[in-house]
Amino acid sequence: MIAFHLDMRSGVPAYLQLVQQVRHAVRMGILRPGDQLPTVKEVVSTLTINPNTVLHAYRQLDMEGLVEGRRGVGTFVVENPQLVPPEGLDALRATLERWVTSARGLGLDDEAMAGLFGEAVRGSSSTGESRVA
Amino acid sequence: MSDSPVVRTLGLGKRYGASWALRDCTLEIAPGSVTALVGSNGAGKTTLLHLIIGLGRPSAGSVEVLGRSPRDEAENVLRDVGFVAQDHPLYRSLSIAETLDMGRRLNPRWDDAYAHERIGRLGMDPGHRVGRLSGGQQAQIALTLALSKRPQLLVLDEPVASLDPLARREFLGGVLEAVAESGVTVILSSHIVSELERVCDHLITLTDGHTQLEGPIAELLARHRLLIGPRADAASVARVHDVIRESHTERQTTLLVRANGHVYDTCWQQHDVDLEELVLAYMGHNPGASFAAPRPEAVAR
Repeated sequence: MIAFHLDMRSGVPAYLQLVQQVRHAVRMGILRPGDQLPTVKEVVSTLTINPNTVLHAYRQLDMEGLVEGRRGVGTFVVENPQLVPPEGLDALRATLERWVTSARGLGLDDEAMAGLFGEAVRGSSSTGESRVA
Repeated sequence: MSDSPVVRTLGLGKRYGASWALRDCTLEIAPGSVTALVGSNGAGKTTLLHLIIGLGRPSAGSVEVLGRSPRDEAENVLRDVGFVAQDHPLYRSLSIAETLDMGRRLNPRWDDAYAHERIGRLGMDPGHRVGRLSGGQQAQIALTLALSKRPQLLVLDEPVASLDPLARREFLGGVLEAVAESGVTVILSSHIVSELERVCDHLITLTDGHTQLEGPIAELLARHRLLIGPRADAASVARVHDVIRESHTERQTTLLVRANGHVYDTCWQQHDVDLEELVLAYMGHNPGASFAAPRPEAVAR
């Protein structure tokens, strides 16, 4: 069974932290196909968070094909969870390592690199976020 | 559960003598939401909550709870509303069991099994006198009284202000478990913001009797940005976005803005704003200014 934790200072929305923790647990084999996720009530009790946050996370995981909700029973990891295939991750990791080498060569420290990376991530995810008054 | 708001106010105001404790308050509380009502002491929070539970008549405007006037139709409305007043007043000489018995006799709808089960789960002895319980335990008794009515709306006035951190967690945990179980709508007032972000999904702020911020917390946070950059005039940013707070040092400018669309100017480093910072920025702002965040489409569970 997975135990969730929350870092309210991390800047990552609470529901997304839960999603990431489930993805990680499935990847690591801590959660296996058929395993039940904690009930909404259990998570609310442990973390003192809004139940809608948990529901949001579980709905997202359902949409991603990682879990399925069975009404009246609970939420379970599916038989064939769709995660990013390992080969894809290896290629991404290699690109990232080359980028880090170039950045260090230019004299960037950890913080400067994190700043550049953060801007790039925000730049690509905000296209869905902008609102016109 | 219907989609219509559990609480609706329209231009609601309350005056005591010449001064208005609450003015021009128009808001809606959606079913199943957990709303934080935030403001400094004296800002009008208790006044608003009292009007919602039918204590006192509006001086202006109207308030509806579950579609009805909580004052004029009290008998029909209040059976569905649970209320915990500030400092959770109880009769200190009664035992816990006697207190629950009082609840049973005073309320048309009362789930006695739930009440006793909750007390048992909290590890309390029904024979103990209320006056001998800790603050946290008394708060839990008051909450049990309210929840055992199986209300549709739970109104809590500064429920955790006097409690230690552990008791605060346990109290709020109890409230949230009830939300998870029954979908009860919650309004809780507080002058401390920091803990509310994980518990509440909606926010109303009051300053000097006026609402300033209102809406889903996720939307409010998504709409605001902290911009940090080299010392500059806020004017060019202010042409597109609403500058809520600005501060300058010799070399650096910091702006808290309500963004109208994306902030494209790359000279600004952008940061998320947390709830406490957002509330503080508006509280220091022109009290006449206000913002109600757009509500996303309701998602069926």
